[in-house]
Parts: sequence; C-alpha cells; structure tokens
Amino acid sequence: MSKKIVHYINQFFAGVGGEEKADIKPELKEGVIGPGMALNTALKGEGEIVATIICGDSYFNENVEEAKATILEMIKKYNPDLFIAGPAFNAGRYGVACGTIANAVQEELDIPVLTGMYIENPGADMFKKSLYIVETGNSAAAMRTAVPAMANLALKILKGEAIGSPEEDKYIARGIRKNYFAKERGSKRAVDMLMKKLKGEEFKTEYPMPDFDRVEPNPAVKDLTKAKIALVTSGGIVPKKNPDRIESSSASKYGKYDISGFNDLAEADHETAHGGYDPVYANIDPDRVLPVDVLRDLEKEGVIGELHKYFYTTVGNGTSVGNSKAFATEFAKELKADGVDAVILTST
Amino acid sequence: MVKEIERAGIPVVHICTVVPISLTVGANRIVPAIAIPHPLGNPALDASEEKSLRRKIVMNSLKALTTEVEGQTVFEE
Repeated sequence: MSKKIVHYINQFFAGVGGEEKADIKPELKEGVIGPGMALNTALKGEGEIVATIICGDSYFNENVEEAKATILEMIKKYNPDLFIAGPAFNAGRYGVACGTIANAVQEELDIPVLTGMYIENPGADMFKKSLYIVETGNSAAAMRTAVPAMANLALKILKGEAIGSPEEDKYIARGIRKNYFAKERGSKRAVDMLMKKLKGEEFKTEYPMPDFDRVEPNPAVKDLTKAKIALVTSGGIVPKKNPDRIESSSASKYGKYDISGFNDLAEADHETAHGGYDPVYANIDPDRVLPVDVLRDLEKEGVIGELHKYFYTTVGNGTSVGNSKAFATEFAKELKADGVDAVILTST
Repeated sequence: MVKEIERAGIPVVHICTVVPISLTVGANRIVPAIAIPHPLGNPALDASEEKSLRRKIVMNSLKALTTEVEGQTVFEE
C-alpha cells in the first residue's frame, strides 16, 4: 500500500496568483496540485500526496500562530506518513513558512517532515538544525533537480531507511555528528591533510568550523537632537520610473537618491521597484516603506538633528547575500564619511 | 546590509515585519512593523491615523537607537 503524504505549497505554486494573492488564508484541497504532481511521479507509487494545503506567503508570515494552528488541524485528519513543504527555492517568506510549518508538524504531530530550499533562503538558517531541508537551486528553474532529490529522501524516510550524509542525500547539513569506522586512523588522516595543505593542494576538513558571523551592537545614540539619521531600505523605493533600473529581483545594484527636496514621498515622485511583494500600497504612498514624512516632521520639531540628504535603496528579493554585503559595505563608508550618526533600515 | 552598517560603526535599527528573519540575519536592534507590503502604514486607516501609526513605529525605532543593548533586542511597542 502506498504511504500517505500531505503537501504544503504557496499561492504562487498553486496557480492561485502572485503577490496580489499572497494574503490568502490556508486552504485544503484533496489530491495533488502544482509541484506535487512531479513529486508524486517521482515517488513511483510508493508514496502518494493525498492532500495539498495552500497558503499565501504574506498571510503565513504575518499571522504565524493562526496559520500554524489552522494548518495543523487540516493535516491531523489525514494522519499522513510524511509531510512535505515546498520546495521554496530562494523565496524568503515561502522558505520561512515551509520551515515553520514543517517544524510544527514534526514537533506537535510527531509526523516525519521534509522540505527543500536554496542555501541562502532565511528559512534554511532558521530550520536546518531541526529539519531535513533538501538543498535546491535558487529559482523554480531548478525544480527538475529538486524533485528527484526530495523524492529520494522522502522514500528513505517513508521506508525507514538510514539517511546518508548531507552530500549523499543532498540536504543542508544539520550539524549532527555520526560515528563511523574510517579506513585510516585519525593521525594519518591529519598528517595527509597537512601534507596537502603544505603542497598547496585542495583538502577537505573533517570538521568545518561553524560560521558565526555576528556583529556586536554599537553604542546607542547619546543625543538624538544633534543626530544625523539616514534612511536605508531593502523595500525597493526609488524615484518614479526607477532611473537606475534596479532589478525587481536578484538585484545587482543599489541606488543613492537625494531627498533634500522632499517633505513627503508621493505616488507622483516615488515608487517601488520590488517584485517580491504586492506593490500597490507602496506605490500609492512610498512613506509606508520609507518614512520620509515622519522624519521630516521630527526634524522640524527638533526631535532629531537632521535627516541625511540621501537615502540608499535596493530590492531585497532573492538578492544574494554576497551582493547585499557588497552594497552595504560600500555605502556604509559613505554614510560614515558624511557624518551619519545612526541608520533606520526598513524591510518589507 | 544591517550587519555591514553595524560593522562600519554606525548604530542601526531594523524595522521589519518578519522578525525571525531579522534575528537570523543578525540585526541587533529590531522593531516589528505592520505588514510585508506596508511595513510603516496601514491602508485601512484614514490618512492622519495612518501617519500617527507610522510616527509611533519611527519613535519606537528612535528609542531603540538611543538604548544601549547587549546582543539582539526586539523592541516591542
């Protein structure tokens, strides 16, 4: 008999709609929808998706507790053998939703779970320790490689087979150490590694150091009334018509724009270039993302010293960590040189 | 971006809707926002109510900037 699987996908992969539908509440559909079809085929009759749960990415992330409770109830009545979420690729809100719900199903319903996403998806960092997350490419174009990898791991879980190493079974390392018998003793392996290192050859460590990239908080601003405050956003606010053509996703650049002539951002002069959220509200009033109006008021009232002449902006939608780091490293130097005392960074 | 600004020696506050992402990214001063497509607004309110809501969030972020923190801190209202 084939094992029962419940599948979770977002509004986009369900074909309900794009960002304008990102606020839909969880819905339960019998059978298989969207990427579930390919998964079903790859499971070769040994597992079958019996129901699909669809939820809008914004709804899930803005109403985590309600969404979680509703979805857990939906899953309960099927009592599946496995729960699969995604794959979410590099879609941030989708990845966080997949990780959050999969984690809840595992913890609260005690049902095995599986998801898939790109290594830079914020959901990966949040949940890689507790979940099997198959490592996928960064866009839905990678579906063809994601499906077989997820099906492979799904079958192993369903059959109760031993799960291999992250490399073997293509999931993101969970930081679990397993004992095994190596062919050679540790001292020999260590010397071999050292020899390779001395020769400048490539070698593979057996214990990669975890990457704790934390930055200590700076001291607080002492006197706001004398402080120069700058605005930065990943929400894609740009002057009307996006003069530098910042991309709507996977941005390769940032913009620096003069706001000294503006007391208030409006539909006529600014808009958002961001392709990862419904742009309607930000386009009607860009202050909803970049609060220039309020900061001008506070400047006039003397609450803050001044609002910096320029704001910096990019589109934080599938934009690589590498690019974002490079952008901010560059403009942070300018902010420093311009005597900015503090930054307010807004994200959508 | 938050981390690189902090690394450059400038105190920074992150206003965002999905706080867990901000915590994962490594922001130190975090202020929760309203919603993903309108973090500092609410189209359901009339213009003046909406602006005072926005002012409240900005004031909270200024409070965050003037507060000494040790490690990651979320400034709920």
